[in-house]
Amino acid sequence: MSIDPPAPTSAGPSTGPSTGAGRPTPTLLAPDRARQLAGEYGLKPDEYDRVLAILGREPSLTELGIFSVMWSEHCSYKSSRVWLRELPTRAPWVIQGPGENAGVIDIGDGLAAVFKMESHNHPSFIEPYQGAATGVGGILRDVFTMGARPIANLNALRFGMPDAPRMKQVIDGVVRGIGGYGNCVGVPTVGGEVNFHPRYNGNPLVNAMTVGIARADRIFTAAATGIGNPVVYVGSKTGRDGIHGATMASTEFSADSEEKRPTVQIGDPFAEKLLIEACLELMATDAIVAIQDMGAAGLTSSSVEMAGKGGMGIELVLDHVPQREAGMTAYEMMLSESQERMLMILKPGREAVAKAIFTKWELDFAVIGHLTDTGRIVLRHQGRLEADIPLAPLESEAPLYRRPTAETPRQPVIEAGAVADPVGIGPALARLVGSLDLCSRRWIWDQYDSMVGGQTAKRPGAADAAIVRVEESLEQGGARALAMTTDCTPRYCLADPEEGGKQAVAEAWRNITATGGLPLAITDNMNFGNPEKPEIMGQFAAAVRGMAAACTALDFPVVSGNVSLYNETEGRGILPTPAIGGVGVLDDVAQAVGLALPPGLDLVLIGETRGWLGQSLWLREIAGREEGAPPPVDLAAERRNGDFVRSQIRQGRVAACHDAADGGLLVAVAEMAMASGTGATLATPPPGLPAHAFWFGEDQARYVLAVADAAPLLADAAAAGVPAMRLGRSGGRDLVLPGGETLPVAALAAAHEATLPALMRDQG
Amino acid sequence: MQAGIVLFPGTNRERDMALALQRATGRRPAMLWHRDTALPPGTDLVVLPGGFSYGDYLRCGAMAAQSPIMRAVADFAGRGGHVLGVCNGFQMLTEAGLLPGALLRNATLRFLSMDCHMRVERADTPYTGRFQRGAVFRATMAHGDGNYFADEATLDRLEGEGLVALRYATPAGEVTAAANRNGSARNIAGILSPNLRVLGLMPHPENQVDPQIDGTDGLPLFESLAEALAAA
Repeated sequence: MSIDPPAPTSAGPSTGPSTGAGRPTPTLLAPDRARQLAGEYGLKPDEYDRVLAILGREPSLTELGIFSVMWSEHCSYKSSRVWLRELPTRAPWVIQGPGENAGVIDIGDGLAAVFKMESHNHPSFIEPYQGAATGVGGILRDVFTMGARPIANLNALRFGMPDAPRMKQVIDGVVRGIGGYGNCVGVPTVGGEVNFHPRYNGNPLVNAMTVGIARADRIFTAAATGIGNPVVYVGSKTGRDGIHGATMASTEFSADSEEKRPTVQIGDPFAEKLLIEACLELMATDAIVAIQDMGAAGLTSSSVEMAGKGGMGIELVLDHVPQREAGMTAYEMMLSESQERMLMILKPGREAVAKAIFTKWELDFAVIGHLTDTGRIVLRHQGRLEADIPLAPLESEAPLYRRPTAETPRQPVIEAGAVADPVGIGPALARLVGSLDLCSRRWIWDQYDSMVGGQTAKRPGAADAAIVRVEESLEQGGARALAMTTDCTPRYCLADPEEGGKQAVAEAWRNITATGGLPLAITDNMNFGNPEKPEIMGQFAAAVRGMAAACTALDFPVVSGNVSLYNETEGRGILPTPAIGGVGVLDDVAQAVGLALPPGLDLVLIGETRGWLGQSLWLREIAGREEGAPPPVDLAAERRNGDFVRSQIRQGRVAACHDAADGGLLVAVAEMAMASGTGATLATPPPGLPAHAFWFGEDQARYVLAVADAAPLLADAAAAGVPAMRLGRSGGRDLVLPGGETLPVAALAAAHEATLPALMRDQG
Repeated sequence: MQAGIVLFPGTNRERDMALALQRATGRRPAMLWHRDTALPPGTDLVVLPGGFSYGDYLRCGAMAAQSPIMRAVADFAGRGGHVLGVCNGFQMLTEAGLLPGALLRNATLRFLSMDCHMRVERADTPYTGRFQRGAVFRATMAHGDGNYFADEATLDRLEGEGLVALRYATPAGEVTAAANRNGSARNIAGILSPNLRVLGLMPHPENQVDPQIDGTDGLPLFESLAEALAAA
């Protein structure tokens, strides 16, 4: 493996007075013991050598803990950073790209959307309820720490097969945990996606996304400034929970993962709710210089990153840290991942104003230190020096790996004519709509409060993206709304990570477009296996390549993100899962269209249908084959078709719209029909393709529109060079297939709705 | 109409409620703090909104019911003031003894977030004047503990005195077990005090007041209040 930048030599680090003759030193670990502990904490031997070079001596236990969490994969992105740089992050509407707690985009009217998605995969497998709950809590803090009121939560979940050991408990616990936290804090959970696949049996994925609204000129960041300014701790007390959670999240699972349960944090959504209100109240004053939540690696990462970003030093007296348990050591306080805590730098003299607000909300408030000009983090506890580390090399000399990559072998293209239809169109549809990856998610979203806030215009299941009106816009006499979605098709990513990466971005863009929204930016959550395996790193690199191409072509930059590696159990990795969270804007919420099919309308298909069966759900569920190249994404067609659809919606000509994605065209039509109970009579497809390839192929860049009259739309499409065809007409209570086969919508809906409740019945 | 919405630690549907009241009355309601010991002069409606006061870590509403402001609210109700408690607010009203019964864990043992339909059992109250008796309206419900319980004698008394305001029903108005998702006794969704001025209900009519968002099924409840209090 090559290392970039080169490791420091034995001559010592290039920056900082590390050995500092005469500097007091904390109690140091014995050399052999220190090296052994470093290994246990996840530092590789060469990484530990860098620690020694930076310090010019052995570390204390607390110092070793700080290095090990800051240099963990989770905090340092040491395997992924070189690739993430390839992602486009700029656009005229981007206010803050990657590198802060969350991304920020301009949505007009002087308002900004602040958002990010983050994984809590490892904790959610060990302790599903708390793992998922604290995942929601953590991402909420990333957003409100920037001055935004959270207005929507979404998630992207991947579960193993329900008959796998423990999996139903995991599904149940994760859903309860997401609901338990989000419902209590009063942020509506408005959207999400779920897949099931055996490759997640031992490693489910829980990715949580929060979107908030702030004034565009009132964004708070983490860079600490002002020598002598007070460092203030607010929120819940620090306990011994979650110590070394970030390190746990940077290793594979093994059979002893149960023993890691104490590293999972416990969530307190009530405290979080108070913290949101108190922070937003304080942010309305001018007291705050900088603020950051204590997320992964808790007090360590927040203090190191805030001081580091501001080019400052920081000195903390840990005796002042509010503690939940007696006898906590400096090491425990610095490594704790207790939840619902924030670190702030205040302007001098504003402590009393701030304290009054936190006291009103019954939260702890403590001045625990101050900023210095030393460029070092210095920790004291009970009169003893516990740590003294130069901050610049802690960041600049953090490991950065360009790990070897191996390309995923190309899969053969499966010709539409080469796969026989074993069951017929109607029976295949009936089975597909009840299959795990296509069945109704109602059992899940019925446990999430999607309406709190009173601004949810399209709730789960109502449209391709969730629509939430912006209350601040309403107050200005407007009706601006956000369109939000999460998307990824992991089976495509496994077969071809580059096309899969493209497709994930394109589908998020398409889902926003299908509501009439203008897609603006994404957050990404890169879930992959062990990066030390070349084939996994190759998946990562290729997915980034595909995502970058799609982001560029669609003007859909990345503004925040998170990487979760080592998603493996007993050496077997997950499907590569670059989950995309997309955000778009509607100038007027009244423009938003849903997917429920009204009666008496023409159905029009936008986009080209080639009958692409490779990696389709039809091929997997009906033909029993999980293979082939996934559908290619033609980004020019994607852009052209989507822009056309959006303009039609904005002209008020579209009554309902749904993208044709998983399951293909007929599944898309059925989903529209099931959402309203209205049927449709479908036209005979053009000659040249087998019927099952036409109806179930998963060609990209396609939409189904319901319009009063197809003719003018088809004329507009022809003029715009957009492939379009009339697909049929809505009405009645049945789906009538070409040739007369009749499927009652109610029967399809019953199959669609029955799957998850039946599977989860025994979970109480 | 001068309305006040009480904020408790953990309240989270106060903004929804404020928007609903503002839409119906044209006036922005006052936000009251749980530590206050008196209501602002001129208050003629107190709303205890939804949320998770004190995290619902003890029995839902039990901590909030002991808040300083609740003594003022009880005095206000005792003097004939109008008090509306929704969801967590309904739980507080039962915990504070302003309405009888209790809200137990949903019969499904899961949080329920979905639409429900309610049948209006009487239209001659300050909260339902704009409805016809027997009318059905849709509202969001979002709760883990909405299963209304009272002993048989209390239920009989509520029925006998006409204090059952709202019942879970099908969209066609049939009072069925299937329409009663949380398992409430006799499908009870909302009850009134004997003077008809205190109403507690579990669902959230405040989430259906805006045609741009999710329809206006709940708006008549707030318009009824505005009308009743304007006349008072």
